Amino acid sequence: MVDPRYSNLLPRTLLYLVLALFVAFYLMPLYVMLANSFKPLAEIRAGGLLSPPEDWTVTPWLAAWSSAAIGVEATGLKPYFLNSVWMVIAAVAISTLLGALNGYVLSKWRFHGAGLCFGLMLFACFIPFQIVLIPMAQILGMLGLAGTVSGLVLVHVIYGLSFTTLFFRNYYASFPDDLVRAALIDGAGFFTLFGRILLPNSGPVIVVTVIWQFTNIWNDFLFGVSFADADSQPLTVALNNLVNSSTGVKEYNVHFAGAILAAFPTLLVYVLAGRYFVRGLLSGAVKG
Amino acid sequence: MSAEGMAAGLQRLMPRLVFSPSLSLVLIFIYGFIIYSIYLSFTSSRILPVNDWAGLANYLRLFKLPHWHIAIRNLAVFGSLYITFCIALGLLLAILLDQKIRLEGGIRAVLLYPMALSFIVTGTAWKWLLDPGIGLEHSVHLLGFTNFHFGWIKDGGLAIYTLVIAAVWHTSGFVMALFLAGLRGIDEEVLKAARIDGAAGLRLYTRIVIPQLRPALFSAVIVLTHLAIKSYDLVIALTGGGPGRATELPATFMYSYTFTRNQMGIGAAAAVIMLMTVAAVMIPYLHAETDGRRHG
Amino acid sequence: MRPTILMRTCLAVLFAWCLIATRAGAVEVEVLHWWTAGGEAAALGILKDRLKESGIDWKDVPVAGGGGTQAMTVLRARVTSGNPPVAVQMLGFDIVDWAELGVLADLNETAAAEHWDRVIPAAIQRFSKADGRWIAVPVDVHSVNWVWANQALLDELKIAQPRTWKDFIAALKKVKDSGRIALAHGGQPWQDATLFDSVVMLTGGPDFYRQALIDLDSEALDSDTMREVFDRMLVLRGFVDDNFSGRDWNLATAMVIRGEAAFQVMGDWVKGEFITAGKVPGKDFACFRFPGTENTVLFNSDQFVMFRVGGEMREAQLKLATAIMNPKFQSAFSVIKGSVPARTDVPDADFDACGKQGMADLARADAAGTLIGSMAHGHAAPAAVKNAFYDVITAHFNGELDTEEAIEELLDAVESVR
Repeated sequence: MVDPRYSNLLPRTLLYLVLALFVAFYLMPLYVMLANSFKPLAEIRAGGLLSPPEDWTVTPWLAAWSSAAIGVEATGLKPYFLNSVWMVIAAVAISTLLGALNGYVLSKWRFHGAGLCFGLMLFACFIPFQIVLIPMAQILGMLGLAGTVSGLVLVHVIYGLSFTTLFFRNYYASFPDDLVRAALIDGAGFFTLFGRILLPNSGPVIVVTVIWQFTNIWNDFLFGVSFADADSQPLTVALNNLVNSSTGVKEYNVHFAGAILAAFPTLLVYVLAGRYFVRGLLSGAVKG
Repeated sequence: MSAEGMAAGLQRLMPRLVFSPSLSLVLIFIYGFIIYSIYLSFTSSRILPVNDWAGLANYLRLFKLPHWHIAIRNLAVFGSLYITFCIALGLLLAILLDQKIRLEGGIRAVLLYPMALSFIVTGTAWKWLLDPGIGLEHSVHLLGFTNFHFGWIKDGGLAIYTLVIAAVWHTSGFVMALFLAGLRGIDEEVLKAARIDGAAGLRLYTRIVIPQLRPALFSAVIVLTHLAIKSYDLVIALTGGGPGRATELPATFMYSYTFTRNQMGIGAAAAVIMLMTVAAVMIPYLHAETDGRRHG
Repeated sequence: MRPTILMRTCLAVLFAWCLIATRAGAVEVEVLHWWTAGGEAAALGILKDRLKESGIDWKDVPVAGGGGTQAMTVLRARVTSGNPPVAVQMLGFDIVDWAELGVLADLNETAAAEHWDRVIPAAIQRFSKADGRWIAVPVDVHSVNWVWANQALLDELKIAQPRTWKDFIAALKKVKDSGRIALAHGGQPWQDATLFDSVVMLTGGPDFYRQALIDLDSEALDSDTMREVFDRMLVLRGFVDDNFSGRDWNLATAMVIRGEAAFQVMGDWVKGEFITAGKVPGKDFACFRFPGTENTVLFNSDQFVMFRVGGEMREAQLKLATAIMNPKFQSAFSVIKGSVPARTDVPDADFDACGKQGMADLARADAAGTLIGSMAHGHAAPAAVKNAFYDVITAHFNGELDTEEAIEELLDAVESVR
């Protein structure tokens, strides 16, 4: 008989080969962006996109960060970074907390009509954002939040609620009802139950929700450009101004560097927290 | 009423009290705006909303526009291919990764990272790669294979598929993670029992494993459908709707009529039709999935 | 416990915003525009510095993308929310549309005091005034019926400046036969339409152009002249390379600069690309009017539209208007940007050969009544019509429609948006 270790060898090799091909496919765009962000502009113009840089330079990165023209002032992306950070922290924190409370209510306190409410929130995922702009602007104006970070946070919280509620509801649905019942018998109230029993066990789903929200809000352009004013424009708007300018020499190396800089926080989150992300999914965050 | 009675009453009210702010936000800012859009679609609004009643005029115009029909057809092609390929590829990758692979963490990170990038960045990067003059085709030519031809993005009949490539690249890793989580959640005992019954290899997957992934599939379908319908940034960055009108999608159509062409009424009518279509497809599915599980 | 930490973070963030929100400053004018790079941004920088001298701070709201369409979306959100910028860069019929909504300022006092009526061509005033009221300040004039050519390539192939359609085709053929790309073109709707503009002017002349593209006369749109225009577009399509689709205009220009292609038909903003690449007009590259359109100028004019504001903002706004109309500024601005000044009384001393020709052409066309708004750039018809034209021109140029179908769809489209 053939040793099972050898009978496995061929399929295993094939398996790794297939995976390697996929890895190459997924890495290609990132490679192109990285490689070209380290080339001088002349080299990009002259050569192929896929060739590695011959004449390494970090100038494009420095330019994208602090000296490229974003408007009348050549400030680079730097000043916009903090705008995005403030916005994202607040919007992610609030929408996650609300999502957790909603999920808790919808899964553990099934009041009359809870199913309909959940359905209403779920369908809200599909609203095209284009139809939101004008009425939203009207309401922000009425609230006095037009052109402020607070207004932008409000918008992101509202349109993130569907997904955060979905995540938490599904996670809590698989949380043992016995534990909840026991706590209730012990006299735990609504918030005690949430704070003492459910929340401490919500690590995985919080990771998933925070990553999801962080990525979506950080990458948003439409709301940022429409509802922010000069002082609160987020990073994506600045990136657009850098990359999409109508005239002038297109400095592609700077554009690539800028794109990676703008994506850096989300990339970092995925790479650092990726393991917890899958673990979070695994523990039921998006299971039924 | 005693203080305790009031406290108990408050406790009973608490769930609704806590849920009501979110619900009112959703009712106002989602459903209120949908109603507002329906109203707008019956007015002659152009640059900003106005209150002139126009009846069905916008809908009649909308369906006379060749543009709109192209956009709808493109969404059908793009949406179905995008969702199918993401799910197929995601499932395949999840199964491959589930074979006790070395370096699983690293590979997973590589497959997942595109999801961290915005569609604008995704579109821009792929626009470069797919451009025959500077991207893949050019690079392969430099290697000496001058017969290689890959100019889909410049071809009106094929450009829509480049959208699919870029979009699948962006999201399939995420779908993989969903399925992987699903796979890992399957009870080992069930698998053992199935193996004892003689199920193995492909049969084990088609009969036992894949049916158990239904909840993961549900999440994937929701995420993918919402991304397919909202695909605006990707089109703008990758093809700008071209060549010609070959990659126009309803989202770009709505945006352009509402904001670029100053025909807000038609844009609103398009949005209403879109939402109704989505509702017709998704509501039965959402209902079956959320309900089925409650009984199951 | 976790929720309290979350709450505390939220409170801290809220508190920080309050600090940001209440930060006070000098008089700031918010200006919304889409000039975010290169010569354009530098040119605006001059304006900013001039304002600073009169004690006004320029608050920049740049929104690039789509030749200003992105900025117009933002403007709608800003106006709807009751928070309009003080001044907004705008083009052609967008200005007319906004004027109808009654949200713009009245600049008549300043205009009268500085005699704007006398120095701005009437064709441009058409867009700066609504109901006899000055509402916008023109900063420059671009024109789109230009051909840009690589001089070395022309010399090599012994091509002289073509002045008729036949000459132009002969020249294009010569280049194509030599193995080079004859016409550098970017396949984006607005670029296709820019080419179309010139072909209409060449084929039908100014009167036909007005009838068809400005008055939208269905007889003119359905005429044999229009059929010839579409047929000629297909002829030009034959001289464009296969990879043209989606190409940015500046990449097409780069092809001319490098000598891979001979000609590009595009507005005078192209000049900036040549200059930045260290090329000299009249020596390394040639600029001439599209053949057969030598006596006309198809223009598009950048204007700053002033929104109605109150109090000290209003004062600052008028100062901004005065600064934009300053002849020295108009000259300096256009020298950097590649346009010509909107004022016709500005000396041409600082301009290069192409700029001097542009200024002379503008004055001549103004006098002869052949200074006409460009359809492709929103100076002939409102946005809905313009985009309906785009649809048909682009679909036809990409072979989705033949000439008869194009005419039919054009009539339908114009009818439906009239």
